[in-house]
Amino acid sequence: MELNCNCIEPHLPPDDLLMKYQYISDFFIALAYFSIPLELIYFVKKSAVFPYRWVLVQFGAFIVLCGATHLINLWTFTIHSRTVAMVMTTAKVLTAVVSCATALMLVHIIPDLLSVKTRELFLKNKAAELDREMGLIRTQEETGRHVRMLTHEIRSTLDRHTILKTTLVELGRTLGLEECALWMPTRTGLELQLSYTLRQQNPVGYTVPIHLPVINQVFSSSRAVKISPNCPLARLRPAGKYMPGEVVAVRVPLLHLTNFQINDWPELSTKRYALMVLMLPSDSARQWHVHELELVEVVADQVAVALSHAAILEESMRARDLLMEQNVALDLARREAETAIRARNDFLAVMNHEMRTPMHAIIALSSLLQETELTPEQRLMVETILKSSNLLATLINDVLDLSRLEDGSLQLDVATFNLYAVFREVLNLIKPIPSVKKLHVSLNLAPDLPEFAIGDDKRLMQTILNVVGNAVKFSKEGSISITAFVAKPESLRDPRAPEFFPVPSDNHFYLRVQVKDSGSGISPQDIPKLFTKFAQNQAPTRNSGGSGLGLAICKRFVNLMDGHIWIESEGLGKGCTAIFIVKLGIPERWNESKIPFMPKASTNHGQTAFPGLKVLVMDENGVSRMVTKGLLVHLGCDVTMVSSIEECLRVVSHEHKVVLMDVCVPGMDGYEIAVRIHEKFPKRHERPLIVALTGNTDKVTKENCMRVGMDGVILKPVSLDKMRSVLSDLLEHRVLFEAI
Amino acid sequence: MERNPIRRQLANMRQSLFDQGYLDEQFIQLEELQDDANPNFVEEVVTLYYRDSGRILLNIEQALERKPFDFHKLDGYMHQFKGSSSSIGAKKVKAESTLFREYCKSGNGEGCMRTFQQLKREYATLRKKLEAYFQLARQAGPMETACRPK
Repeated sequence: MELNCNCIEPHLPPDDLLMKYQYISDFFIALAYFSIPLELIYFVKKSAVFPYRWVLVQFGAFIVLCGATHLINLWTFTIHSRTVAMVMTTAKVLTAVVSCATALMLVHIIPDLLSVKTRELFLKNKAAELDREMGLIRTQEETGRHVRMLTHEIRSTLDRHTILKTTLVELGRTLGLEECALWMPTRTGLELQLSYTLRQQNPVGYTVPIHLPVINQVFSSSRAVKISPNCPLARLRPAGKYMPGEVVAVRVPLLHLTNFQINDWPELSTKRYALMVLMLPSDSARQWHVHELELVEVVADQVAVALSHAAILEESMRARDLLMEQNVALDLARREAETAIRARNDFLAVMNHEMRTPMHAIIALSSLLQETELTPEQRLMVETILKSSNLLATLINDVLDLSRLEDGSLQLDVATFNLYAVFREVLNLIKPIPSVKKLHVSLNLAPDLPEFAIGDDKRLMQTILNVVGNAVKFSKEGSISITAFVAKPESLRDPRAPEFFPVPSDNHFYLRVQVKDSGSGISPQDIPKLFTKFAQNQAPTRNSGGSGLGLAICKRFVNLMDGHIWIESEGLGKGCTAIFIVKLGIPERWNESKIPFMPKASTNHGQTAFPGLKVLVMDENGVSRMVTKGLLVHLGCDVTMVSSIEECLRVVSHEHKVVLMDVCVPGMDGYEIAVRIHEKFPKRHERPLIVALTGNTDKVTKENCMRVGMDGVILKPVSLDKMRSVLSDLLEHRVLFEAI
Repeated sequence: MERNPIRRQLANMRQSLFDQGYLDEQFIQLEELQDDANPNFVEEVVTLYYRDSGRILLNIEQALERKPFDFHKLDGYMHQFKGSSSSIGAKKVKAESTLFREYCKSGNGEGCMRTFQQLKREYATLRKKLEAYFQLARQAGPMETACRPK
């Protein structure tokens, strides 16, 4: 072939089959090579992050050039010109360059790409781990919350049953238990009885002996202990086909009430425990985690506390109910007693009056009858009537006295009296009877016994009379001796009354009176009964005609006088001695300047009560002055009269014991006198008592008087009796404020 | 029961003085003060009363003539008069004095004048009666202790 076209011939004939296949392959290769960069660009544009742009560009260029090469190859299958060959060669050269560059580049890139994958895996693992831990913490926190909630539930009630039920329910819920049960010790303490369960409504009275080793194991530790699901404690569910879940048991101390007296929780002294058994669900392959066990222990403790609170409450409620009952009973008893007392008082009051009235009539008329002309027989009869009615009157008085004594409403009439006279009087009164009976009565008064004493002479006489009278009554022959002396402290104590501790002092002394008789005596066992009222001894020995009140009354009187009375006797037929000790006051020295208390027995109207008492009377009104003077003179006072303040102040001296002043004159300030007198006699014992006479009935006057230092206020008009009583009160108490 | 007719008459007169309201308890108090040491105590007091109060009444009269009335002064006088009257137990007189004082306090001159006239009448009446009483008493001789009127 002639070639002027400068063409290059392909090596193989163009129509060869191989050539055809090459042609088609080249075409497809070019196509693919051109589409790859397009795809790359498309996807890279889509992705957000791709750090290897430059590599891509290189790779794209390489691919494009490869594609170009193959494309140009298509023209070389047929005869082609030199230009085509040139282009082909250029493309190939370029491709070679780029591909070598790319190959070099990839050496750096590929390890990086590979390590990315490793990192990704590592991070994924880490994330999974953190997830797990989060789950754990969440569980723990939830458990804590459950504990708090459980505790709250348990403590919010004080009912034992509710506490236990709530515990089981809440525990079951919190821990997702299959079964939860409480075993309580029986009364005998030898067995544990199934008391509460979570799922079964009515637990069978299932008991388990307490001395199983597994139980001991649980009781000896304060922690929750894993036990075997096959032990009797845990056989609560019907035997399942599958593996039972893990079982844990914990002890619940049952604290007794008395344990709370000690400050620290008693570890060993509580002997009683209950047992709580918790079962995880079977087939769950769950395990008891530490935090769950801790939860169980905490709950067990809380339950123990709550149970003891419930026990305490029960106890205190019971005590309170008891107390209330007792209160009601006491109240009733008190009211009954009060009613009885009231009834008795009413009865006495009525009877007293009813009895006294006829008595009075009898006595009065009998005495009147005595005054008239009577034949001797009549006189004897009247005298007998009088004596009997006097006795009866005494009896009535005794009864009234006794009831008043018991009420505590009797008060002694304390006054100064002649002690010797009392004894003499008693002797005189009693003399007739012993002389008839041929008894000899002797009175022995100790020389150191004071002649005068302060006390209730009437009641003292009554006591002595009663005692001596008894002695006389129950003696048929022999002698009766009465001794009285001042009791010494050592001899005051009576073994029978160890509480009686008399202590003599400067103002008081203890009078001891012993009455010894040689009569029929008393047997020792009867002695205590003597002083009980209405109790009489059996007839033969002491045939008393009295009502049995006498000694009881005496005892009361003696007690009122801070004393003690008792009877000693060696037995029947050996006579007896009655002894009593009473407290009497020692009167002050009898002095004319001081005002003595005249014995009430000898006071009578019209007689002077205040001999020589110097009184200063100040009154502007002549008439009322004269009247007041008359009053005081009648009472035996030595009265000085003044009619003005100045005169009063001039005349008043420490000899005057009382200053009576009229303060109801308007415009005149009688109060000024009080102040001036206070100034003149600063010492209290020199100052006369200042008393205001006023017709004003208001409080202001009284307050004014008190303010200026007056010792008393008397309301006009003043009667003789009033003046007398006022003066005596004043001199005794040195103050008198009549209720205005 | 008094055996002596004079004594009986005296007792009746005394009783009527009480019953008619001329005298009150205070008079009895005075009588109680009378004893052997002071046999004429009551009469002495009453005499003194009339002397004293006469003077006061005169003062009041003079004060009432001067117009306008000095109520304060009048009240003062009447207070004294009232005091004396109550000391001997002159019941009606005392009542009038109280009334007078009320009028003085309220400044009622007209009332004062009226009451004063009434008071003077009562005063004079009582005086006559008491004089008669004491005269009879002197005739009757030493009196026994008075009994309280029923």
